Amino acid sequence: MMKKNKGDLLPALGFIAPNFIGFLIFTVGPVIFSLVVAFTSWNLEEPGPLKFVGFGNFIDLAHDENFHLYMLNTIYMMIGIPISIAGSLGLALLLSQKLKGIVIYRTLFYLPSFTSGVALMILWINLYNPEFGPINSILNSFFSAAHVAGHAPDWLLSTRNLFGMDVEHVRFTSKQFGLGARDAIIIMGVWMGLGGNNMLLYLAALTNVPEDLYEAAKIDGAAKWALFKNVTWPQLAPTTFFISVISLIGGFQAGFEQARVMTQGGPANTTTTISYYIYSQAFEQFKMGYASAISWVLFVIISVMTIINWKLGNRESAY
Amino acid sequence: MASTPKKRTFAALNHTFLFVMSLTFLAPFLWMVLASFKPLTEVEQLNPWPKHWMPQNYAEVFRQVPFAKYYFNSVFIAAWTTFLQVVTSAMAAFAFARLKWPGRDTVFKLYLGTMMIPGVVTMIPNYAIMVKMHLLDSYLGLIVPASFTAFGTFLLRQFMLTIPPALDEAAAIDGARPWTVFVDVILPLARPGLITLAILSFMGNYGSFFWPLILIKSQYLRTLPIGMLFFDSTYGRETNLIMAASVMNIIPMIILFVSTQKYLVSGIQLGAVKG
Repeated sequence: MMKKNKGDLLPALGFIAPNFIGFLIFTVGPVIFSLVVAFTSWNLEEPGPLKFVGFGNFIDLAHDENFHLYMLNTIYMMIGIPISIAGSLGLALLLSQKLKGIVIYRTLFYLPSFTSGVALMILWINLYNPEFGPINSILNSFFSAAHVAGHAPDWLLSTRNLFGMDVEHVRFTSKQFGLGARDAIIIMGVWMGLGGNNMLLYLAALTNVPEDLYEAAKIDGAAKWALFKNVTWPQLAPTTFFISVISLIGGFQAGFEQARVMTQGGPANTTTTISYYIYSQAFEQFKMGYASAISWVLFVIISVMTIINWKLGNRESAY
Repeated sequence: MASTPKKRTFAALNHTFLFVMSLTFLAPFLWMVLASFKPLTEVEQLNPWPKHWMPQNYAEVFRQVPFAKYYFNSVFIAAWTTFLQVVTSAMAAFAFARLKWPGRDTVFKLYLGTMMIPGVVTMIPNYAIMVKMHLLDSYLGLIVPASFTAFGTFLLRQFMLTIPPALDEAAAIDGARPWTVFVDVILPLARPGLITLAILSFMGNYGSFFWPLILIKSQYLRTLPIGMLFFDSTYGRETNLIMAASVMNIIPMIILFVSTQKYLVSGIQLGAVKG
């Protein structure tokens, strides 16, 4: 018992060492090194000592028009986040009705998110094929059956978007209005994410809502919608908040795999996100300094968003 | 409570809607499987059902690319990474959850803090480390950097905190050393957590894309995602073969998921509970 008073420092060091050494080498060290590199002009193709350029990379970045477009692309693709969260909540509400076969439904809904990755993205390239893909085949046969002079979207080949934004200039044009590559990636993302972790989190949260809250509201004669609005939704607030923060953090880092596998960032760079830009600057142009600077800008944006979120969240829901 | 007709109608509506949703989720998978059995000329037709079944598409994939090698590489790398992640995370989680030492909470906050850092920030320095250590294009380079995870430590700590403290206190009074407590008391009780982390880790590394993409140069090291990418860029017009390869890519994931989802669901739900 004497040992207890001194604490378990020595054994603790032994237990933590394997993980901690790896953590220092592959996480802490790289974070510090990355910050240093962001202030250099390090290029993998030009050997030699690191040349410090002060805030040069960050000043270049502020004037980098491509970066502005890629930031816009990244934010545009976050349209999928609220849709996905609302859908996850809807599915969880349906599944929580204690129906038969809930495990089967849950499995089916979770499947796209569990198997998501290169194989499914290659599948979606083919589903989206404007001429031969099944999506447009169905849309076109629907148009001809309904005698509508509609034209199915060109999906991954199109720069069209929901706001009619022009790619080259900041202006709006009806020619650009419609569904394009960015929307195709958003739709695929919603399909992949709807029945995934968020739905499971909502399911868990729903089972934790105290039953007597519903009973009390029912005695007051509340209708189903009122039950949801006054009991379920407030009880789910911490979960919704957690999911939103995680989704936002993920949203700023998203789009690399889709761009690399499906579009190479095109057409006209409209599916290039910040993370794909960092990849191409670092591992295609070998501009390690510039790429590190972008990754730190991304890091700062994410941190600021998270802090704002926590502040707002703490004020609104008294948790 | 007796089920009223109104309730039954509601349940039926629910089932109908869920059924339609399931079809929406499944349709792309069905198209993939059916396309993988079609001759190329039929893939472009709207009729989803193959007129001529071509199971030989699957054999053709193995003839055109070393698909078995991709399988082996993915499973080999994922298995080693998983093993190392679970061992190092379990040990660290034990130190965080069950031992008392000065600075414990500070170090743990450091771990938590780094989980928010975007992966791209550490990617470039890690690549430089691999270059310096001559680990580019090697199994070691693919396995070692992925073997230490703050997330795994966090997840297992959450699991270990749910184990009643009386158990290891009793063992400690009996004179058991921390290692014995860890192996004989905590590890058996934390088994669901260990399994959850193992599944998450295996799946994550089986499908890992960014790191192998920048690290692998030679054909013989390609994992499934990288192999798929090159297969698609080389034979992309042969949609039926690409779909056969995709089906083979995700079948192990589906089997693993269906057989382990009990652990997975509880693990994901626990991991989100802030500690």
